[in-house]
Amino acid sequence: MADLAVPLPAGTGSLGLEASGPRGPKPRHVFSRRNIFLYGTLIVVALYYLLPLYVMVVTSLKGMPEIRLGNIFSPPLEITFEPWVKAWSSACTGLNCDGLSRGFWNSVRITVPSVVLSIAIASVNGYALANWRFKGADTFFVILIVGAFIPYQVMIYPIVIILREIGLYGSLSGLVIVHSIFGMPILTLLFRNYFTSMPEELFRAARVDGAGFWGIYFRIMLPMSLPIFVVAIILQVTGIWNDFLFGVVYTRPDTYPMTVQLNNIVNSVQGVKEYNVNMAATILTGLVPLVVYFVSGKLFVRGIAAGAVKG
Amino acid sequence: MSKSERPNQLFRNLNAKVASIPMVLTALVIFVGGSAWTVLYSFTNSKLLPRLNFVGLDQYYRLWSTPRWLVSIENLLVYGVLSLVFSLVIGFILAALLDQKIRFEDTFRTIFLYPFALSFIVTGLVWQWLLNPEFGIQGVVRGLGWESFSFDPLYNSDIVIYGILIAALWQGTGLIMCLMLAGLRGIDEDIWKAARVDGIPTLKTYLFIIIPMMRPVFITALVIIAAGIVKVYDLVVAQTSGGPGIASEVPAKYVYDYMFFAQNLGQGFAASTMMLLSVVVVIVPWAYLEFGGKKRG
Repeated sequence: MADLAVPLPAGTGSLGLEASGPRGPKPRHVFSRRNIFLYGTLIVVALYYLLPLYVMVVTSLKGMPEIRLGNIFSPPLEITFEPWVKAWSSACTGLNCDGLSRGFWNSVRITVPSVVLSIAIASVNGYALANWRFKGADTFFVILIVGAFIPYQVMIYPIVIILREIGLYGSLSGLVIVHSIFGMPILTLLFRNYFTSMPEELFRAARVDGAGFWGIYFRIMLPMSLPIFVVAIILQVTGIWNDFLFGVVYTRPDTYPMTVQLNNIVNSVQGVKEYNVNMAATILTGLVPLVVYFVSGKLFVRGIAAGAVKG
Repeated sequence: MSKSERPNQLFRNLNAKVASIPMVLTALVIFVGGSAWTVLYSFTNSKLLPRLNFVGLDQYYRLWSTPRWLVSIENLLVYGVLSLVFSLVIGFILAALLDQKIRFEDTFRTIFLYPFALSFIVTGLVWQWLLNPEFGIQGVVRGLGWESFSFDPLYNSDIVIYGILIAALWQGTGLIMCLMLAGLRGIDEDIWKAARVDGIPTLKTYLFIIIPMMRPVFITALVIIAAGIVKVYDLVVAQTSGGPGIASEVPAKYVYDYMFFAQNLGQGFAASTMMLLSVVVVIVPWAYLEFGGKKRG
């Protein structure tokens, strides 16, 4: 395109747009009014988006006296990591004073099995829907997708009863099941669409060679669909790590995930507010999804686009 | 496995059926069964434990005469309308700006989208700190010499919902921008050339040609935002806990509090049924528009 057109030297008018005179779009300079407006706007907006992250980091590195005196935007005069240490290992929620580390490990123990289980279920399910259709399968699939729009609040209590009946209410395994259930619609959609888009001949050839349901899944589908598995993992890790509602409903204080514990630390009414510890705790909680986001880059965008746009 | 002599219907494709058991259970037991159960029990006077003691529409009468519920609904409407409008407008403008073949596009996109990776709890707590009247934005501006400057949404019950809106937009507009950007990229380059040849100004091209062409993207964005609005809960819990007073309560929080704190299950069920109803009101027309005429591909 002629967007980055430089002024052409005489005799090289090979653009073939206009024959006579200096017509056509003006060559754009780096400091054209358009560019100043464009980049100016984008930079201002970008600063707005970055501001909270900056304030979080800066606040968490200051001591409380400095916070009381200075303003939240100024960089720390004296960098201290004490708030981070305190947030991690000794911040209090109610009677417990062992910091966010407990919530962190709870979240790990919730997230890892939930991600594995939900993806295992949904990928096999999507594969069955794409390649092994049976009568009525699509009906259930439609119910599943429509169900994704039902507010969780409607289903919370019946699930409490079910979990209580099977003795898992309040335990981490109960929460893992809940995450697997609510991750199912979107993940199944994701995998179904991916497997549907794979060439049919591949599946037929494997059938002719005598491979069965699981054989085709493990030997052909699984190795060929690693990208979509990565997308699903990104989607689930951030989603489950960031969950609050299910955590607060289905776990007990000693099994609270990190988000719930963070909220309890920051919004606890007792004691003096330690804003630096609060912000350190907030960053710590946001760190896992942020790392996932920055490491995965374009795949993250693909994941949320897959999660957002129907197939 | 694949015997050619007529196998039993039930056992045909058995592995696929076994693999679909979790889906079938989720669809029937949780989604259909759970919703039906909640709707059914919303007509009872369950308190601490669910009991089938029907009282007709009593819970709904009580619901709609509870000030806290009315405030919740009002908040949801204000928040909903504004977040719809602003998300779409800001998302589209950002996408259009990024679509100008600029340099560092990836950097800008990364910056606009990163809040979306953060949870509502983190978002709410950060903005609670930024909007802290003593140390936050208000304090800083006052410190610069503008003593009468006032911006404390979280402590002013008239505008608290806008404080939540700011945080929600910060967190969510990146996603809408990404959707819009994908939509803009999907538009044929020739459309732009034709518009340029006809001498249509850029703004007009966007308004009258591009946006109408992006209707499916807008509808998708609309559904995503709307589904998120009804569910808004964590953000309010983290940022204001519903305060000051009951000024920033939302329906989802009402449901949770009545079910798990007030031990008034019937109220919680009635309120969650109303939430379900509002989603149905949004989703059904959309599904009709989207899938009514043509078969789904």
